[in-house]
Amino acid sequence: MEARTLTDQPDTPPEVDHQRAVFPEGLSLDCGALLAPVEIAYRTYGKLSEAGDNAILICHALTGDQYVAETHPVTGRPGWWERMVGPGRPIDTDRFFVICSNVLGGCMGSTGPRSPNLSRPAFDAREDGDAVHEPWGTEFPPITIRDMVRAQHTLVQRLGIKRLFAVIGGSMGGMQTLEWAATYPEMVFAAIPIATAPFHSAQNIAFNEVSRQAIFADPDWRGGRYWESGSIPARGLAVARMMAHITYLSEEALTRKFGRRIRRQSASAETSGDLEHPLSFFGEIFEVESYLRHQGSSFVLRFDANSYLTITRAMDWMDIGAEHDGDYAAPFVGTRTRFCVVSFTSDWLFPTSQSRVLVRALNRAAANVSFVEIDSDKGHDAFLLDEPDFDRTIRGFITGAAEHAGLHIGPKL
Amino acid sequence: MRLDQKLIAQMIAPGSRVLDIGSGDGSLIDHLFRERGCDARGIEIDMQEVTRSVAHGLPVVHGDADHDLAHYPDESFDYVVLQRTLQAVERPREVLRQMLRIGRHAIVSFPNFGHWELRLKLLTNGRMPNTTVWNTPWFATPNIHPCTIRDFLALCSDELYRVIDWMAIDEEGERAPWRRSIRLANLFGEQALFLLGRNEPACRDGGRK
Repeated sequence: MEARTLTDQPDTPPEVDHQRAVFPEGLSLDCGALLAPVEIAYRTYGKLSEAGDNAILICHALTGDQYVAETHPVTGRPGWWERMVGPGRPIDTDRFFVICSNVLGGCMGSTGPRSPNLSRPAFDAREDGDAVHEPWGTEFPPITIRDMVRAQHTLVQRLGIKRLFAVIGGSMGGMQTLEWAATYPEMVFAAIPIATAPFHSAQNIAFNEVSRQAIFADPDWRGGRYWESGSIPARGLAVARMMAHITYLSEEALTRKFGRRIRRQSASAETSGDLEHPLSFFGEIFEVESYLRHQGSSFVLRFDANSYLTITRAMDWMDIGAEHDGDYAAPFVGTRTRFCVVSFTSDWLFPTSQSRVLVRALNRAAANVSFVEIDSDKGHDAFLLDEPDFDRTIRGFITGAAEHAGLHIGPKL
Repeated sequence: MRLDQKLIAQMIAPGSRVLDIGSGDGSLIDHLFRERGCDARGIEIDMQEVTRSVAHGLPVVHGDADHDLAHYPDESFDYVVLQRTLQAVERPREVLRQMLRIGRHAIVSFPNFGHWELRLKLLTNGRMPNTTVWNTPWFATPNIHPCTIRDFLALCSDELYRVIDWMAIDEEGERAPWRRSIRLANLFGEQALFLLGRNEPACRDGGRK
């Protein structure tokens, strides 16, 4: 690990030209605003069948992105769901056409707070004559999970797909999956919401608020106009990530990975006065601290603070029963979508009880539901990690659903 | 698939909507989907069985008869099946009511506590009978509400359920010959299988929420 500390300004991440679809007409948002133009960055894997019936849309979580099953161009790390997506994997790219897009409000190529705000006049002209617009920053309109789904919907239509065989996602991706099934029921043959809930709980809103306050409290945030100073609120964003990361794990997983083990700080941190670790004795810190700091400092390299604020807010507004007096069944009445709800025993961020609320609502709506709680001690992040029962569940459900959909792709059916 | 599950499957009209409570490894719903073109779903309390079923592509939810039936809408199924479980639920009467609320028909199988071997063992030993069907000691058994075939018929009559079909079956699930006499069936049948319907759905007050 590099001896970078949380207060350092990170190096500028490499400029990457993400694959994008541009929608000049824009998108009408839940807040009433028209956001135009809209760009959606996306990746696809596998081949769309001639009938166009084998598309699976993957919805990513809060800090995920479209690089599901390939090396990430910014971080150089493997795709975030390569375990699940690829040739011969449960989401088999030999059989299915897999789409994943960066969410609206994100910072990996889709329109978000870092995008230029064309609704304002250009404040300057560069030497080559191009107009320069300020980024949206905190003026980016508030968006909802459904707005993200609408943006994906325009992309799916652009790709010429009339009906998705399946929509799948964990955590915030699961929220999008539910919004898909509720907003475009005829377009979703199967929906797989994982480690998610039909509403964002008070506890989760509270966690998000602490994350946001950490960003606000960083002097480098500068009211959200940090581009003016050329720095980013790295410390605030890192603390937000550290706090959130704890909620993705479980006490058991932390104990198993780190226990109370301590490690020696690097010499450079000691000699530099060590403002970072005023509580360390003789340059020693707990391994779990070191792990979280690494999580925080690597996160700021790839994520935009204003995007983090926008997306966490969208999660907070998630309540699929809000327009139906809190009835979670109403959005799904008459649905013909096949659902597979999955939760994990040690997930305390989106506990099984919230999946059960969803399952019971789907039962009230007479929907076709499967529901599995996977035994795991890995917490909320279990859906990203090695859980053989989970893989088997997803593979089996998808295979069964493909049979019901009359899909005949390759010999593996 | 067990033999008595075949008998259950024969009671179900092709192409109907079926909920199997206690679907186990899912063999009945799999059979109903493949052989009879049914929209068959399951509820199962054992999570390992649920995971195995879903991994085989079967629509099964984790849940149980006592707590999860109330969440289904009226008449959402043509048949609701409860196999060898009635004696183990907390409130058998309420479970039956729920089954005939959410389904037009209920199919119920249960081990018959009126079987001669049980009667004889209790009479001669004076202790809780132990047989191949009733094979757990009294302090460990999940079967908290055992009943006889005649007890069950009395409940059906109390609740105004229509007995459309019934049969005694032996432990292997083979149909037993005691069809003409309920008393003989109650004495010699190891298991019982009932197909129930509602008598006058519109007249039953309190049946709808």
